[in-house]
Amino acid sequence: MSVKKTTTIVEQLRRAQMSELLAMNKRLDGRGLRDYRELRIDVGLIKKANGSALVSLGNTQVIAGIKVEVDEPFPDMPDKGLFICNAEVLPLASPYAEPGPPDEDAIELARVVDRGIRESEMIALDKLVIISGKKVYAVFADVSVLNSDGNLFDATSYAVVAALLTARIPKYDVQNEMLVKSEETIPLPINTIPISVTMAKIGDSIIVDPTAEEEACMDARITMATDEHGRICAIQKGGSGTFSPEQLTEIANIAISIGKERREKISNLAARE
Amino acid sequence: MSRLMSEEGIRIDGRRWNELRPVKIEVGVLKNADGSSYIEFGKNKIVVAVYGPKEVHPKHMALPDRSVLRCRYHMLPFSVEERKNPAPSRREIEISKITREALEPALILEDYPRTVIDVFIEVLQSDGGSRCAGITAASVALADAGINMRDLVAACAAGKVGGRIVLDINDEEDKMGEADMPVAYLPNLKQISLLQLDGKLTADEYRECLNLAISGCMQVYNMQREALMKKYFSTADKGGEDEEE
Repeated sequence: MSVKKTTTIVEQLRRAQMSELLAMNKRLDGRGLRDYRELRIDVGLIKKANGSALVSLGNTQVIAGIKVEVDEPFPDMPDKGLFICNAEVLPLASPYAEPGPPDEDAIELARVVDRGIRESEMIALDKLVIISGKKVYAVFADVSVLNSDGNLFDATSYAVVAALLTARIPKYDVQNEMLVKSEETIPLPINTIPISVTMAKIGDSIIVDPTAEEEACMDARITMATDEHGRICAIQKGGSGTFSPEQLTEIANIAISIGKERREKISNLAARE
Repeated sequence: MSRLMSEEGIRIDGRRWNELRPVKIEVGVLKNADGSSYIEFGKNKIVVAVYGPKEVHPKHMALPDRSVLRCRYHMLPFSVEERKNPAPSRREIEISKITREALEPALILEDYPRTVIDVFIEVLQSDGGSRCAGITAASVALADAGINMRDLVAACAAGKVGGRIVLDINDEEDKMGEADMPVAYLPNLKQISLLQLDGKLTADEYRECLNLAISGCMQVYNMQREALMKKYFSTADKGGEDEEE
């Protein structure tokens, strides 16, 4: 149970100014309505992790690390590896962030990023089985927000995707039902690259990649992840406002077309080790 | 053909693609609450209580210009196949949040500054679609509490099962099907206040799902209205209401 801050007079004035600009298809930072901020991805900077990525999306900065362990599969899914995604907003990430267990926003963040990766079937979990029903790889993706300036959903998703794409996991040989870790490492089995696109509704305008300032003024937010066939595989609406059915059709078209053009960019950035 | 959908297009529980499960809504089931409701939606059995508008504790949480809405979605330990730990799970925390965000646009919170409105959704028995049933019942309980509202909120999922777009996914279809898309709709304002998706849909399937879910929400809306009229205007002529859609 958490509660949003109230709207101060200055915030109301800011919102009015933002709406005026949006009516002319302009934003406070000079971007167009469909433009992303500059994206940077650095991979492999944490050598102790199986995979890692530092993502900057404008001033938003997040770091993702992949740790892979051997675990038992879930009883109802004996032939599937495990994927577990966690996210936290570190206390150093913003003046409003506080230490403590993840609040509802951090839980939602982790679950939405997890949904995009799981539902697109990015990782071929059926190829992560070492001994059927007994031993599988468990892939842990942990994300920490270092600097929070809006659109944590996309920054976090890109960081996890880049870290997974470049992760190396140990290879195990099975000898008499025992696992022997070999020197060799292998990449994770990847099916597709999901791309998350987050949009905010302010007044009647739909903008892509909102900053923290824009998020403070938005009516509602929506995140859509698409796979490389242009299929939508995860959606989450957030915020206290609403969308019309027509807006939701427009939003899906934006998510699909931006997903297409950004997929290559993100896989190229991630490949540049 | 998959086991979830027969050649004739009949689903695992005998429904057609555009049919809801049986729904029953009752209003005013808990004496202590300011508003309450009970819903059965397929095998879902959910009770909702609303307390407020009332004084806020701790006081610093109060807002000077409007009421604070708090929602808790919670599943009882025996509501599912394997006992659920009674402590709130990450899933329940997320659903509590999206439930609040689905209901807020319907409430005129500015009418009750410096107060709190608590909504408690307790799932006694769970089937697929418990978040939608919870939102549907919560909106009826808020109306029962006499809180000023712009609209009711009706919720219903659509999805893809056995290759077909279908209305109102049950538990089995949710686990084995291809996609589940819960939607909450404000029928008079024609606005969507909840949208989630798990699973893959093409752009065309997505549009089809959205329209089907909205038509399901309209059916749910009529049942919400009937339940409220039954409590408050039991002598009213039920046949005389103009049915939308």
